[in-house]
Amino acid sequence: MKLKLHVWRQAGPSAKGRFVTYETDASEHMSFLEMLDVVNEDLESRGEEPIAFDSDCREGICGTCGMVINGRPHGPWKRTTVCQLHMREYRDGDQIWIEPWRADGFPLQKDLFVDRSAFDRIVAAGGYISVRTGSVPEANAILVEQNNAEKSMDAASCIGCGACVAACPNASAMLFTSAKAAHLNLLPQGQPERNGRVLNMILTMEAEQFGSCTNHGACENACPKEIKIDVIAMLNRDYMKALLKAS
Amino acid sequence: MELRSKVPSGPIDQKWTKHKFDMKLVNPANKRKYHVIVVGSGLAGASASATLAELGYHVSCFTYHDSPRRAHSIAAQGGINAAKNYQGDGDSIFRLFYDTVKGGDFRAREANVYRLAEVSNEIIDQCVAQGIPFAREYGGLLANRSFGGAQVSRTFYARGQTGQQLLLGAYQALMKEVHRGQVKLYNQCEMLDVVLVDGQARGIVTRHLVTGKIEVHLADAVALGTGGYSNAFYLSTNAMYCNVTAAWRAYRRGAGFANPCYTQIHPTCIPVAGDYQSKLTLMSESLRNDGRIWVSQQVDDDRAPGDIPEDQRDYYLERMYPAFGNLVPRDLASRRAKDMCDQGKGVGDTKLGVYLDFEDAIQRLGAEVIEARYGNLFEMYERITGEDPYKVPMRIYPAPHYTMGGLWVDYNLMTTVPGLYAIGEANFSDHGANRLGASALMQGVADGYFVLPYTIADYLAQAKLDPVAADHVEVRGALEEVQSRNDRLLALDGDRTINSFHKELGRIVWDYCGMGRSAAGLKEALQRIPVLREEFWENAKVVGDGESINQTLERAGRVADFLELAEVMCLDALVREESCGGHFREEHQTPEGEARRDDENFTHVTVWEYAGADTAPREHREPLEFEYVPPTQRSYK
Repeated sequence: MKLKLHVWRQAGPSAKGRFVTYETDASEHMSFLEMLDVVNEDLESRGEEPIAFDSDCREGICGTCGMVINGRPHGPWKRTTVCQLHMREYRDGDQIWIEPWRADGFPLQKDLFVDRSAFDRIVAAGGYISVRTGSVPEANAILVEQNNAEKSMDAASCIGCGACVAACPNASAMLFTSAKAAHLNLLPQGQPERNGRVLNMILTMEAEQFGSCTNHGACENACPKEIKIDVIAMLNRDYMKALLKAS
Repeated sequence: MELRSKVPSGPIDQKWTKHKFDMKLVNPANKRKYHVIVVGSGLAGASASATLAELGYHVSCFTYHDSPRRAHSIAAQGGINAAKNYQGDGDSIFRLFYDTVKGGDFRAREANVYRLAEVSNEIIDQCVAQGIPFAREYGGLLANRSFGGAQVSRTFYARGQTGQQLLLGAYQALMKEVHRGQVKLYNQCEMLDVVLVDGQARGIVTRHLVTGKIEVHLADAVALGTGGYSNAFYLSTNAMYCNVTAAWRAYRRGAGFANPCYTQIHPTCIPVAGDYQSKLTLMSESLRNDGRIWVSQQVDDDRAPGDIPEDQRDYYLERMYPAFGNLVPRDLASRRAKDMCDQGKGVGDTKLGVYLDFEDAIQRLGAEVIEARYGNLFEMYERITGEDPYKVPMRIYPAPHYTMGGLWVDYNLMTTVPGLYAIGEANFSDHGANRLGASALMQGVADGYFVLPYTIADYLAQAKLDPVAADHVEVRGALEEVQSRNDRLLALDGDRTINSFHKELGRIVWDYCGMGRSAAGLKEALQRIPVLREEFWENAKVVGDGESINQTLERAGRVADFLELAEVMCLDALVREESCGGHFREEHQTPEGEARRDDENFTHVTVWEYAGADTAPREHREPLEFEYVPPTQRSYK
């Protein structure tokens, strides 16, 4: 199929960016990123700089890839990162607009590359359970209700790709932050640090230039792991409790 | 090159305990005076960084990803083994040790494997305390499943995302130490060389992938947790960025490279679809617990799978290996799939595939149970192929997946370069010639949490570590070498893209050093690889500059190293005149087509020492002894 791609090209963080149009011939069996690989291979062989985009596992689990396709983070498929999107979605003659995540918390580095290290700093602020290696009880000494273990796992399946931020009109990182907090707060191991965790993670999230959550729910819709906004409600409750405790 | 394994004396179940007592310690107040560089932030790198920092060392951790959480450990699906015996089905540390030595086809070091089995239980304790959401039973206890040919249920799992959850646990522990200021994290920073001063590893040279800045980082010791080299095959289940550069640069600085020909071809991957294919996708081996593998009994059978009646199907693994059936170890499952395709019984458009069929399991257990077990895998399969595995059997084919070979290390995980350690998949130590399922995660975290943080003290406490000046002649020399190589790559202005070289190399390695290897084929590869390498340096093209993100340049450096490694892989495969584990030499097989080991002549580790760019590497051997698990012909019949 013949496609027309309009791709955001920007040489560096402070350079001026613009859409550049490329034409390509794709097979329906290709993944979306393989389609871009072929465009890049062609650019390179003509001595032109390829489109810079980040991707690694191409199995939808590492969270490295991410781009906005025709206005939708990770493109049109539900529960799917862009690396798992396949070209059978498209028809001959389609036009595709490809952009980076756009958010103040994710400064652009080049073309479709953005810097998501703010997510690391949110985790560093409290997204863990403080245990020293080896200084731990026997594993089955900690019982976890199966239902809670499952809910915790649902939240823990976040891949940190940033699609929630890209989808949010406020560029809020609430879904990401809440998912990490919920993963730990739902487990007995996570209780001792629960209050400090939510206070510090939210403080850091705000300091990293992410907006506030106003319950649009666009994040849930864009999340390739289908993390539910229930976790945001849980974080809000935890946050209120922690504030009361702290005062 | 001297290969001293430093395996402690005494009975096997007391070696590690005794060794921990015998090793020198660094006094708690003195630990902060030492600085350790950890390269890589996967399971091994992140867990080592976190633990070293908790102990009080200053740590710098480097990753080429935008976040440490992206490392490819994240893609491991099935689970992690431990000898907890929670199911009361007769498991024990000795049984896990025994299975791993046997599974490795008697080519691993017994003492290392025993230690791995021993610390496996501590790993589970550690991971649970960190909040890893392992699967639970109704009563709240941890659940287990049987995996990868084990005859006991010893695998702990977090849905089909165990690697992801273990990595996030290690990542969170790492970020905790970053927050404390005990670890300095370097994102998007790729290691391009090791700095040796007076023969000791004292730092690394890195290139920042965004700014292009090349610089030196100095320390008292360096640990490489930089993964395996399956991408030498171009198409593998490894992530796009996985590469051998860190290990290869260490090799060029004098670290011995052990058993490079031991590569694992995983039996359950989605087959190649076309020429544009960028990587292959693994479907967890756990699928073999319920899926049945078959092909048509007829050659070139073009019927749809549903039109092939039961009595015309060949469930070949169940037929050939009645005791293990579809659960035979990976090397066997892969080789038999290749045999079927070689006989013309392959399925799918390319005829390079076999069926993995869930029809019986769905009838027996119901679609809901199958969905609960494998839902995410089925969905991934459908997304990639457009076929629904609840209705049509999956098509699978083997793909390169893991490399058992790697940097040679002693019992302390130190390479032949003093102060340079290798952990996780980057080293060679625990899996012999074939790795069992759910053992990679186990080894990565064992090395990072429970071995390296203790053994490194023994070195730091005794080594003479004078301060190194940034303008020391050896430091400057390493920096200049990296700069000039980088300039040389940037100057490449030929006709062929970097990718085209990688693809061509991968094809050679797959054809001649893949599932079946022969002397003639390997000699052919050894002719062609140097020619391709020469062409690379004359005719490759690198576009862009060195001062911003330049993925072509990054790939060029990695492919250049694969072009060197591939030759040593083939050389290693050629001198190992036997078949063992993942290394199958067509000349060495039983009349039934099974691998024939030659214990008399090949019960050793082959270690290659770099001898210069235009000289063949020197071959060394570390003899292996089997005191506790006497070598037998592996039989899964």
